Formats: sequence, C-alpha cells, structure tokens
Amino acid sequence: MKIVVCIKQVPDTTEIKINPVTGTLIRDGVPSIMNPDDKGGLELALELKDKYGAHVTVITMGPPQAELILREAYAMGADRAILLTSRAFGGADTLATSHTIAAALKNLEYDLIITGRQAIDGDTAQVGPQIAEHLGLPQVSYVAGFDVKDGKYIVKKETEDGYQMLEVSSPALMTVLASGYKARYMNVAGIVDAYDREIDIWGDDKVDLPAEKLGLKGSPTRVNKAFTKGIKAAGEVHEVDPEQAVNLIVSKLKEKFII
Amino acid sequence: MNFQLTKTQQLFQQMIREFAEKEVKPLAAEVDDTERFPDETVAKMAKLGLFGIYIPKNYGGAGGDHIMYSMAVEELSRVCATTGVILSAHTSLCMSPIWEFGTEEQKQKYLPKLASGEWLGAFGLTEPNAGTDASAQQTMAVEDGDYYILNGSKIFITNAGKANVYVIATMTDKSLKNKGITTFIVDADTPGFSIGKKEHKLGIRGSATCELIFENCRVPKSNMLGKLGEGFKIAMKTLDGGRIGIASQALGIAQGAMDETVKYTKERKQFGRSISAFQNTQFQMADLETKVQAARLLVRSAAWKQDAGLPYSADAAMCKLFAAETAMEVTTKAVQFHGGYGYTREYPVERMMRDAKITEIYEGTSEVQRMVIAAKLFK
Repeated sequence: MKIVVCIKQVPDTTEIKINPVTGTLIRDGVPSIMNPDDKGGLELALELKDKYGAHVTVITMGPPQAELILREAYAMGADRAILLTSRAFGGADTLATSHTIAAALKNLEYDLIITGRQAIDGDTAQVGPQIAEHLGLPQVSYVAGFDVKDGKYIVKKETEDGYQMLEVSSPALMTVLASGYKARYMNVAGIVDAYDREIDIWGDDKVDLPAEKLGLKGSPTRVNKAFTKGIKAAGEVHEVDPEQAVNLIVSKLKEKFII
Repeated sequence: MNFQLTKTQQLFQQMIREFAEKEVKPLAAEVDDTERFPDETVAKMAKLGLFGIYIPKNYGGAGGDHIMYSMAVEELSRVCATTGVILSAHTSLCMSPIWEFGTEEQKQKYLPKLASGEWLGAFGLTEPNAGTDASAQQTMAVEDGDYYILNGSKIFITNAGKANVYVIATMTDKSLKNKGITTFIVDADTPGFSIGKKEHKLGIRGSATCELIFENCRVPKSNMLGKLGEGFKIAMKTLDGGRIGIASQALGIAQGAMDETVKYTKERKQFGRSISAFQNTQFQMADLETKVQAARLLVRSAAWKQDAGLPYSADAAMCKLFAAETAMEVTTKAVQFHGGYGYTREYPVERMMRDAKITEIYEGTSEVQRMVIAAKLFK
C-alpha cells in the first residue's frame, strides 16, 4: 500500500495577529508548525504503516524553510519526503496550489492520498477536494475513521450531526480531521536521524503545467479586505441553582430560535 | 564558539516540550499529592525512546547526545520534577556506568532492555552510615565460588522497587578502604534481594525512594561491574554524570517557577495594576532570570564537554551547585510573589519549592560540590 500525505507548514495561529493597515498576517516571531489536520492525516498514514506495512511519502509545497515539517515527519516515521518549491509557485491561492500539487502527484504511485481537512492559516478546506478533482479520484472529506477491507476503504466521515460510513474504491483521497487522529510524538531515534535523511527537492520542472496555472498568475482569488474580528459583548453571569440554570439556558436558546 | 543548539537538538527540544506540556504536566499535582509513581508516563517515555537518549544505536539506544539528555531532564522537571529524576537516575546512574565500565556481555544483556525502557534502572551507594563519606561502605560482598554473597542495606534509592536492574557499590576488602569497594549489577529478582521501607519525602513525592536489603544475596561473578576494587572510582565517575542530570532537573524546576511567576504577576492586580508593573517585581525577576540563564549555560557547557570527551568533573559540580541553589532561590521567591496563594496547592510553586530542596542534597550535597570544585582549584 502506497500512501502520499500532503502537509503544510503554517504559522501557529494561536499566536498570530493581523496588521490593521495592510490586512496581512504578521508572521514575525510567530513559530511555524505542521498544520494540525495534516498532522492528523500523517498519523492515519503511520497507523496504516504500523498495521499493514504501508509506505508513507510526505509532500509539501512551500518555501525552503518548510523543510522543518518534513524533518518532523521523518522523526514521526515517514519513509520519504518531498519538498515542492519554486519561485514560480509563490502567491498561489487554493486553485493554483491544488493544480501544482496534483501535477506533482502524477510523478508518484499511490493507493491513497491524504490531506488535512483544512489549514489553520486560510481555513478554506478547498485544496484537498480540488486535488481529488484534478486527478479524477473519489474523495471523502472530514474523515475521522479509516480501515481497509477486501481492498476497499471503509471510511467514517464526520457530519454536522453524526457520522456516515462509506465504502470507497482505491485509489482515493481523504481529507482528515485532527480530532480523529491524535498524532504521535517524534521519537528520539527518528529525531537523531531526521537531518541525515534525503529530502527530494522538486521544482517547477516536476510540474507539467502551463506557467499561467502556477503561482500568482494561476490564482483568481483576490482578497478584498482582511480585518480582526471585533470582540463580542461580554456575556451575562447568573449565579443560580442548577434547576434555575437549566430553565434559564433553555429560555435563552428558545429566544434565539436555537431550539 | 557557537551557543546555538544544533537542528537535531532543536527538533528534540520541540518534541520534549510538547510531551512535557501535554502528557506530564497534567499529572504533576496528583502525582505529588498522592505520592504515586507515574507508571503511565514512564510507559509513554519508553515508547518514544527517552530512556536511551545517548546510548548508541547498536545497544538499542537512540544515538543522541548528552545535551539532548540534559534538555529532556530539564523540560520534564520544568513541569514535574518527579518525572525528571526518574529519567535521571535510570540514565546517569544505572545505564551510564554499564555502558562505560561494562563488559561486552553485560552491555549486550542490559543496555538494549534499559535503553528501550523495558527495564528501569537504579543505583545504590548511600547507606545509613555512608552518605557524603561514601568510602564507609558496610554492605559486604564475599567471594563464594562463582558468586559473591552480598549482605547489608542501601537507603534513599531512587526508582527502588520499580527498577529491574540495580548498580550496587559493596565493600569487598575493608582494609583497603576506597580501593576495597567493588560494584555489582544486581537483577531485581536475585534471591536475597528485597525492597525495604519507602520514604515519605518533602518533595519529588511521586518518585520511589526506598531502602534496598541484601540478605545472603548471591550475585554471579559475571555481574561484577569493572574490576575488583574499582567500585569507588566507578561511583565517583557515575556521580559526575549524574550531577549534570540533577543540575538539569534543578534548572527545569527553576524555569518552571519562572514561567509560573511571570504569568501570575502579570495577571495579579493590586493597587489597581498588575504586580509585574512594580519595580520591586521587575528587578527581582530580572535578577532571577539572569541566574537561570547562567545556570543553563553552566549545565549546557558541562554536557557539551561530556559529549566532546573532555574532563568535566568540576564542571558537573559547578553546574549542579549553581543550578540547585538557583532553583531554591527562584522557587522560594516564586512562592513569595504568589503571596498567600503561593502557599496553597492551588498553584504549583509550593510544590516546586519542595522539589527544589532535594537538588541541593542528592548526588552530592552543595558542600560536596564545593569540595570537588576546591579540590580542582587547589590541586
């Protein structure tokens, strides 16, 4: 079984602020991390490696410093790492990104492609599904459970009010939720080896696409305005006994037409 | 000269911090309160390879270095000093002497299981009448065919009862004093070996600290560690390494207390402003931060010397002395900054203050460290 996991390096958004003048993220001094849903996806792949001996390749598109998350993936147990990097890829929106990654994936053999559901910097949840479309693969998003049975994938998809169980043929693409897979820690021996291992560096020569599909040129998205959300008004505090509290909550929910 | 951690060490620091924060910190108060050995944390640490950080891969270790080991003890102790000392005693005091002084057969037998964490290790030198004067060993080992028969007891042994392997100093020839001391590797299931009284301590209350009892305990000759009469040298060498471990523990405790105090003094308001806005707080905290950083540099430099194969005995004593006294000062002041709340178990600083005290005592008291440093100075 060959698995490719698409991962992204993102600023740790728990510590991020937006520049009020330019509307862009202030990245200075903000630590970069592996996107949490992608890490969940890598965990799923590594569990399949533990269980079925799957071969796990990780790929990331980004600047050279994105190497760090590939080293981290090695220390967690990945078998191969690819850094997809070129100036031509810069400024890509989700469409250009998904075109680029899909084109790069055509160089690889796979039975399963895994992405995170969404990245915490953009929160679009578009790139995974778009890759599946470009490659003509069946896809399941919001995956919280996965197994293999008789050559088919049995997938638990999270929905707003519960779960859906699906059977999917191979190859396919899954977008995974961090909440479904608690990622393992890097192990010490893996850390010691991580910087001795090879990382394949792929440039635009590995991506068979016309230049106008790449980077800023290939990105129809235009950001109109970015702003910091206003702070909500302070809540009400009621110090009452549990019975009164229940009645109070129910009446408030009714008032807002939630129930 | 380069003061930066290598990329590998940085990656390790990222992992151990996250592990400490998510897996160790949530248990720290309960482990202290109930004096419970954190078995589940030990199992998690074993899975990650934390019990064999600097042991080479061919003996089942991770093949890392002493700086990484020191950072591991520091980061664990930053949130839970109990967890820090479990790792330190296992690594520095049991695995290290076997690696350094063991025969190939002993290394093959013990290191892979110790490094994987399948077995936990401990070390026994201290006796009721042999503390700082370690040469006054009364545990006797008498030759009997292919065996040595051990009789006596050891006290205050970290990881006792939980460990599978014990490195034990014994007296094989009293007339030779220091040169009559011999070290043995004792398996926990050896007949005649048992665990005695468990100590109830001021701090590091989750770590198992007990008496070891030897009653006609027959240890095969093949378990002698080093040569006959080399035990004192092995013990002193082992304690040199152990001191870097305890210095790392003290450093971690001090850092943990700093973290808590910075957070608290920013939140706590008196006279209409955060107490961190008062110059008294700022000046005292600036001094403490400087001391913690100085302690860190001493610890890192000693661990670096160990990795580089340079002599580090006095460096180990200096970093242990300074880090331990810094930990005591920082934690005591941390409680003061927290006021009445700091004296309660609602906040972790009182635990840190209790935990810090032992770092001035075990693996050589601060007085012993001064003796070691002075001995080098006036040799």
